[in-house]
Amino acid sequence: MATFPEFIAQNEERDGVRFSWNVWPSSRLEATRMVVPVASLFTPLKERPDLPPIQYEPVLCSRVTCRAVLNPLCQVDYRAKLWACNFCYQRNQFPPTYAGISDVNQPAELLPQFSTIEYVVQRGPLMPLVFLYVVDTCMEDEDLQALKESLQMSLSLLPPTALVGLITFGRMIQVHELGCEGISKSYVFRGTKDLNAKQLQEMLGLTKPTAAQAGRGPQAPQAPLSNRFLQPVQKIDMNLTDLLGELQRDPWPVTQGKRPLRSLGSAMSIAVGLLECTFPNTGARIMTFIGGPATQGPGMVVGDELKAPIRSWHDIEKDNAKFMKKGTKHYEALASRASTNGHIIDIYACALDQTGLLEMKCCSNHTGGYMVMADSFTTSLFKQTFQRVFTKDVSGAFKMAFAGTLEIKTSREIKISGAIGPCVSLNAKGPCVSENEIGTGGTSQWKICGLDHNTTLAVYFEVVNQHNAPIPQGGRGAVQYVTQYQHSSGQKRIRVTTTARNWADAGTQIQTIAASFDQEASAILMARLAVYRAETEEGPDVLRWLDRQLIRLFMFHLRRSPFLQVFNNSPDESSYYRHQFMRQDLTQSLIMIQPILYAYSFNGPPEPVLLDSSSILPDRILLMDTFFQILIYHGETVSQWRKAGYQELPEYENFRHLLQAPVDDAQEILHSRFPMPRYIDTEHGGSQARFLLSKVNPSQTHNNMYAWGQESGAPILTDDVSLQVFMDHLKKLAVSSAA
Amino acid sequence: MNVNQQPPMASPYGQPQPGYSQPSYAPLGGGYPGPYGPYSGPATAYQPGAPQGSARGPPPVSTNQAYSQYAQGDIQNGPPPMDHSMAQPAQRPPVCQPYSHGAMNLSGPHPSYPQQYGVQPSMQQMTNQMSGMQVGSGPLTSAGPGYAPPPSSEPPISAAYSAAAPPSYTQAPHPVSGAPSQPPPPSEPAAPQPYYDGPPPSQQPPFPSSAPPPSQPFPSSSPYSGPPLPANPGPLQSLDNSPSHLAPSPAQQTFPNSAPPPVSQALYSGPLPPPDLALSHLPCIPCPVPCRPAPRPTPLPPGPMQQPPQPGMHGGYPTQQNGAFGQPRGPQPGYAGPQYPGQQNYGAVPAPTPAPTQKRLDPDSIPSPIQVIEDDRANKSSEPFTTGVKGQTPPLVTTNFQVKDQGNASPRFVRCTAYNIPCTADMAKQSQVPLAAVIKPLAMLPPDETRPYMVDHGEAGPIRCNRCKAYMCPYMQFIEGGRRFQCGFCSCVTDVPPHYFQHLDHTGKRVDCCDRPELSLGSYEFVATVDYCKNNKLPQPPSFIFFIDVSYNAVKSGMVNIVCQELKTLLDYLPRENPEADSVVRVGFVTYNKVLHFYNVKSSLAQPQMMVVSDVSDMFLPLLDGFLVNVNDSRMVIESLLDQIPEMFADTRETETVFGPVIQAGLEALKAADCAGKLFLFHSSLPIAEAPGKLKNREDKKLVGTDKEKSLFQPQSGFYSNLSKECVAQGCCVDLFLFPNQYVDVATLGVVPVSTGGSVYKYTYFQAEMDRERFLNDLRRDVQKPMGFDAVMRVRTSTGIRATDFFGSFFMSNTTDVELAGLDCDKTVTVEFRHDDKLSEDTGALMQCAVLYTSCSGQRRLRVHNMAVNCCSQLADLYRNCETDTIINFFSKYAYRSLLNTPTKTVRDTLVNQCAQILACYRKNCASPSSAGQLILPECMKLLPVYLNCVLKSDVLQPGADVSVDDRAYLRQLLSCMDVSESHVFFYPRLLPLVKLDGGSLPMAVRNSEERLSKGGVYLLETGLYLFLWVGANAQQELLSNIFGTPTFSQIDPNMTSLPELDNPFSQRLREIIDSFRSQRSRYMKLMVVKQEDKAELIFKHFLCEDKSASGGASYVDFLCHMHKEIRQLLS
Repeated sequence: MATFPEFIAQNEERDGVRFSWNVWPSSRLEATRMVVPVASLFTPLKERPDLPPIQYEPVLCSRVTCRAVLNPLCQVDYRAKLWACNFCYQRNQFPPTYAGISDVNQPAELLPQFSTIEYVVQRGPLMPLVFLYVVDTCMEDEDLQALKESLQMSLSLLPPTALVGLITFGRMIQVHELGCEGISKSYVFRGTKDLNAKQLQEMLGLTKPTAAQAGRGPQAPQAPLSNRFLQPVQKIDMNLTDLLGELQRDPWPVTQGKRPLRSLGSAMSIAVGLLECTFPNTGARIMTFIGGPATQGPGMVVGDELKAPIRSWHDIEKDNAKFMKKGTKHYEALASRASTNGHIIDIYACALDQTGLLEMKCCSNHTGGYMVMADSFTTSLFKQTFQRVFTKDVSGAFKMAFAGTLEIKTSREIKISGAIGPCVSLNAKGPCVSENEIGTGGTSQWKICGLDHNTTLAVYFEVVNQHNAPIPQGGRGAVQYVTQYQHSSGQKRIRVTTTARNWADAGTQIQTIAASFDQEASAILMARLAVYRAETEEGPDVLRWLDRQLIRLFMFHLRRSPFLQVFNNSPDESSYYRHQFMRQDLTQSLIMIQPILYAYSFNGPPEPVLLDSSSILPDRILLMDTFFQILIYHGETVSQWRKAGYQELPEYENFRHLLQAPVDDAQEILHSRFPMPRYIDTEHGGSQARFLLSKVNPSQTHNNMYAWGQESGAPILTDDVSLQVFMDHLKKLAVSSAA
Repeated sequence: MNVNQQPPMASPYGQPQPGYSQPSYAPLGGGYPGPYGPYSGPATAYQPGAPQGSARGPPPVSTNQAYSQYAQGDIQNGPPPMDHSMAQPAQRPPVCQPYSHGAMNLSGPHPSYPQQYGVQPSMQQMTNQMSGMQVGSGPLTSAGPGYAPPPSSEPPISAAYSAAAPPSYTQAPHPVSGAPSQPPPPSEPAAPQPYYDGPPPSQQPPFPSSAPPPSQPFPSSSPYSGPPLPANPGPLQSLDNSPSHLAPSPAQQTFPNSAPPPVSQALYSGPLPPPDLALSHLPCIPCPVPCRPAPRPTPLPPGPMQQPPQPGMHGGYPTQQNGAFGQPRGPQPGYAGPQYPGQQNYGAVPAPTPAPTQKRLDPDSIPSPIQVIEDDRANKSSEPFTTGVKGQTPPLVTTNFQVKDQGNASPRFVRCTAYNIPCTADMAKQSQVPLAAVIKPLAMLPPDETRPYMVDHGEAGPIRCNRCKAYMCPYMQFIEGGRRFQCGFCSCVTDVPPHYFQHLDHTGKRVDCCDRPELSLGSYEFVATVDYCKNNKLPQPPSFIFFIDVSYNAVKSGMVNIVCQELKTLLDYLPRENPEADSVVRVGFVTYNKVLHFYNVKSSLAQPQMMVVSDVSDMFLPLLDGFLVNVNDSRMVIESLLDQIPEMFADTRETETVFGPVIQAGLEALKAADCAGKLFLFHSSLPIAEAPGKLKNREDKKLVGTDKEKSLFQPQSGFYSNLSKECVAQGCCVDLFLFPNQYVDVATLGVVPVSTGGSVYKYTYFQAEMDRERFLNDLRRDVQKPMGFDAVMRVRTSTGIRATDFFGSFFMSNTTDVELAGLDCDKTVTVEFRHDDKLSEDTGALMQCAVLYTSCSGQRRLRVHNMAVNCCSQLADLYRNCETDTIINFFSKYAYRSLLNTPTKTVRDTLVNQCAQILACYRKNCASPSSAGQLILPECMKLLPVYLNCVLKSDVLQPGADVSVDDRAYLRQLLSCMDVSESHVFFYPRLLPLVKLDGGSLPMAVRNSEERLSKGGVYLLETGLYLFLWVGANAQQELLSNIFGTPTFSQIDPNMTSLPELDNPFSQRLREIIDSFRSQRSRYMKLMVVKQEDKAELIFKHFLCEDKSASGGASYVDFLCHMHKEIRQLLS
């Protein structure tokens, strides 16, 4: 048998699943002692180009409370044409279409290599993709121009049948009617009012398709799947391009000392409402582009007086953020409406100041939408990130999927505590739902409105087997992940991943269990938990809890990361970082917590170095990837050389190569990552170097720089404890505190 | 002038003038007919009458026709020819029937006919008797006697009227008639005959059945008659006034006596009948007098009365003039025509004999508006009217005259009810003559008069009195060598600012007096400084915003298309001050049904952009930039928009509309642009869509005539009044064009236009092809006319009087400032004054009306009108310097406004009362002693009764069955800002016979009575809102060819809206006349061709206001009798 690391890697490769423990303690008591719960990081749409979708529907267990999908772990009686559900042990007849089944003629879902398999549901209409642009017009002309160009560009990336809509807002909100000849029409709403879907429907003159059509069933597909506000790209391509071209900056005057009135909250509400009454339960993206905070109406996060700055963490701690609670509530309500209908809300916030991501985060977090934060719409960060949203896979389909639901089934000994990730609960109670909630719990199903190949959920389990009811030797616990989603082709698909892990008695096989521990997965799982708690609870408590729970290297960095520390970060930034952390896969998450540092020098090939101030040396070029930033740092000497222009001289070509190497590597990362990281090229003493200095372990500070070797490294001006100190303290604790 | 009611009534009949041989009847009949009009039957009846009138000979024919028409009903009493007696009996019954019907409107008419007939017979009899008796008074008596006896009570009543009225007039008539056309000739005989002929037939039919009914009618209609008669007054009076014109007690008798009744009935019924109980009753009263059968004999006395007339006749016309001077004497002994004669009356009272011959009250003998108008025209149009002399009464509004401003405002700007006002409140109260001024601050002047000069007093602004803030005017007295001036209003002394100082000449006048308009003229303008501007900021040029209803009805009627097409060209004619330059007025466009569509028409756009606001509950302006634009800059975009609007909504199925949010949107737009402006709303239906200001259909015909009627005129909710308050604050004037197919609640929708100085135009059942011209002309004028925005008007007066009440389209937040969001050249504000102290005869009274407004070019200005009037301590002076047209203007506005809070009947009664008091006061204090039976009217007010009757009969105060609540509300609001000239023609339409149309002058108008219409003629009637071309059934072929291009009556298309352009002088001239009429009115008058005996004739007859109306309004004659009775009651 392969080693555990191999096993883990293989599993991750095949199923997109990583468990914190790969052998499970067989009783609740033992499991509790393990501190780190049995949990998994699951990437539902793990990219599997080698996995052809199957053009039929899955076979389900006939037990109503189970409905598990036939999988390679099931026992099959080929003669009797029966199969036993490995979750509820129900014996099921194969459906008639499986009449020809036999030992040698097995359907794909029974082959072990298809522990993850994707079905295509043939029923139902092909649903169009819906993209609704919600565009802020309160911004500088330059920004608006850049944004308009990006939007126009995006039209060419959409499939011709996709429906697009446009809502613009400033002081007023305009819902543009598309495809009209001659006069362009728009419906205008004032931004100070929140409209419910019904009001909106009346005001826009929309008739609800569902009520009437649902009743008639078969006719439903015939109904035009568009309306005046959402039309196929192919039809209104030109029209919309012109419309975008004519977009003007919000004309209402902004007096000195005021912020422009920006009706963001209402605009989003209208966008949600519009889709709610036209395309419920259909995959749709609301793409919101904002150039500043909402300053009026529901969801406002700051007043229009410039003299009153937007809330900071300090204000929040002092309970001095008067718009925050109300605003948050508004956006939470929106998020819940959107997620109910399977709609995604993306937020592209480009402003130098905060834009209210803190309040709006739930819109993206609950719907699986993107959150992108940049300084301006003119930056490549925005432009490329936005473009990357529309990247396609080899088959030419978008890498995004819509309106997904994840259902998890477990065998009896284990139950589901909850999930953490860009999902909302569907409140599906069932036998496999644990009473102890971790994250979004109390359910076995979650809605993930928007997901892509990286979207990863942390799912926490609880071993419920009692100590006195041992599991027979060789027993395995199974977990089945059933993900239904709307593929970007419009098809409905179901991906089923079934995994199983051995049980082990902690009393006798503790080594086995220990060996099966997946350190990285556990770290991320715990980190997610920590961040989740940080989001929902008071900060210091979380750190204390974390300290008590588990301590390793990661935790040191985690403690210092923006996911838990709000110092030096605005509330918006914190929200943004946490948002990304909660949805990225394990590798990316690791980078976020512990940035990677590569060193380039004449002394040898590029090498990873410790994330430590001692790594900062004058003759090195450092490349740091923090996920959010890609930073190239030229050491003092290198920087001087560069300024002197040596790289230009033919005889110093090697120097030019040295300079080029990290840039090439950075480009590689930049090209693959979403969202596009901030790219920083700096040098010793440069102001941007602070990004590096804040990340490295402050092994040398102004307090101890003379104690450590003088020669190497750069001192960091901080009061933070270094890893060394941290570890020393930790050891003391670990030893002393048995209790 | 005085109209002595004398018995001579008879005479009138006889004398009927040319046209109307039967005029006398006609009047009566006419009156009825109108009302009856509706019924075919009646109509015919009239005609017959008319014909008769026209030709005595013809009568037969007419009768025939009549019959034929009646045919149906009326039994042809072949009998017509029958003797009177015969007829009478028959008649009675019919009469009765009518009454019974009477209950029903329809029935009303019938009765009338019968009555007429009856009357006629009665008349005849009467006449005979009268003549015999003479009843000048006879008539009275006759009424009494003649009628009374015979007919049943009802008749008597009518008779009474007829009788009563006639008498007085009769006498006059004689004279008059004599003077004018066929004086005496009509001698009794002639007249009678026709009557007989005509009448009988028609009468009969009705009568037949009626016999029994009569009784019924009596009770109801004649309540008075019954009692009154008996009562006595009749007798008494009669006794008293031997001559008493009022017919004696006939009534009583009438009741009793069945025999005579027929006739009498007929007569009475005619007049009294159906319509107004009140009126009818009134007549009855007179009856008392007549009661005395005896009276007949008395006639003689009347005779005397009549005599005067004769004299009058001679001097008749002149007298009128005289009348002006001294009522007493001049008066006419006369009777109406008498008026003239009236003057003499006093003197001559006794004279009367002539009349005797004819006993009835001859319509020609009562004061004729036409005569008054013609006289005034003849006497006053030649010389310019100079305003320099204080207290001068200007020429009538119907007279063309030139004005020279010499210190008082031109009558085109200000007209007063009285130019010599009582010194004390007591006097004023005693006389009951209202003291009011009708002010049209921005009136357009004829090209030969200069518009008010602009005065700039520099940065400090206009010079004003320190205390009362009156503006510099010719009545400021400079003292101390010109260093200070004393205010003519409050007497406060103010320093003259150095830059304004000027030396005085030896008379104490500034030497630059003649160079400064404000020191020498009655009207002028000041340039206002920033202190006079809102928020101390110079105003922006105003904006016009067009709101077009695009709901189903509006599109279907063609309105949307027409408006959009028209706007494309109309936008080039936005008001401007310098014809050379482009207008600075900006425009915006909105369409709406139950949501609003705003349009961005910014010049930089290739296509307009539509912005839909469906959140109507909380209106806002969805765009800022590009909504209000300069026409020239955005011409392409605007044209594109106007082309596309009709297309876009061609297939709309939206039927619901909103209204409140539309105005709110306009208001928001003006607020956002920080300017004043005008909203043009083209609206089609009751706003029932869910939105602020939503209305429900509350039209309830059952309320009409009850005490709750007033609620129909009140707005449904306070929403619109609150809204109008906001509009006024912003200077947002709203003009509303309505295109309703059903009830739209004009009373509520009109609130905002009325409070903001806007106008309401209503095109019921709008059809593109029929009404297009009218609407477009109204729209063009409305868009182009000069106007001021965001105006405040303040009327200052000299110590002793004070402006206490205001009428018109405006809003008042306090008791002195009249705020007008918009004030155009057609808008009038009527101001009532009251005493708060004694006035002095030496100084007279001053009034200064200052209007602060923003011109269409955005300049802030002050227009000032000054007016000085005399004060008198003698009532006679007051009565000599009144202007009846203005008084009527005031009364009607007062009455129409009272409708909001008071039951209609009370309003009417109050009006009658006040007029009776005015006239009684005159009679008591100014007229020379004469018999109480004589009706004596001041020269200046001799038309008061006829005009008042017109007011009382108007659709607003006395609606016919087919007059909708909306129409009444519409007319009510319309009148509130009419000037005197408009209200005059509105109440007393102009009726022109189209005979020789050569030369530049118009043919002389004829009185509004059916009997004046000749069957062979064509007439043009102008009501101020409509033009009717009435074509007689026997019109000459040549005439028809000239006008219509067809010689045959039957080929005339009654649906034509304009006359064919024929190349003959007559046609050209006629069209010129029509055009000139139209150009004189603020609203385009739609031309309707009415063929005699066509259904449409009913509408036409409605405007023959001297006749009895279908809705029950009394005829002139009847009403005059009623007034007389009221006056006598007051005097006794």
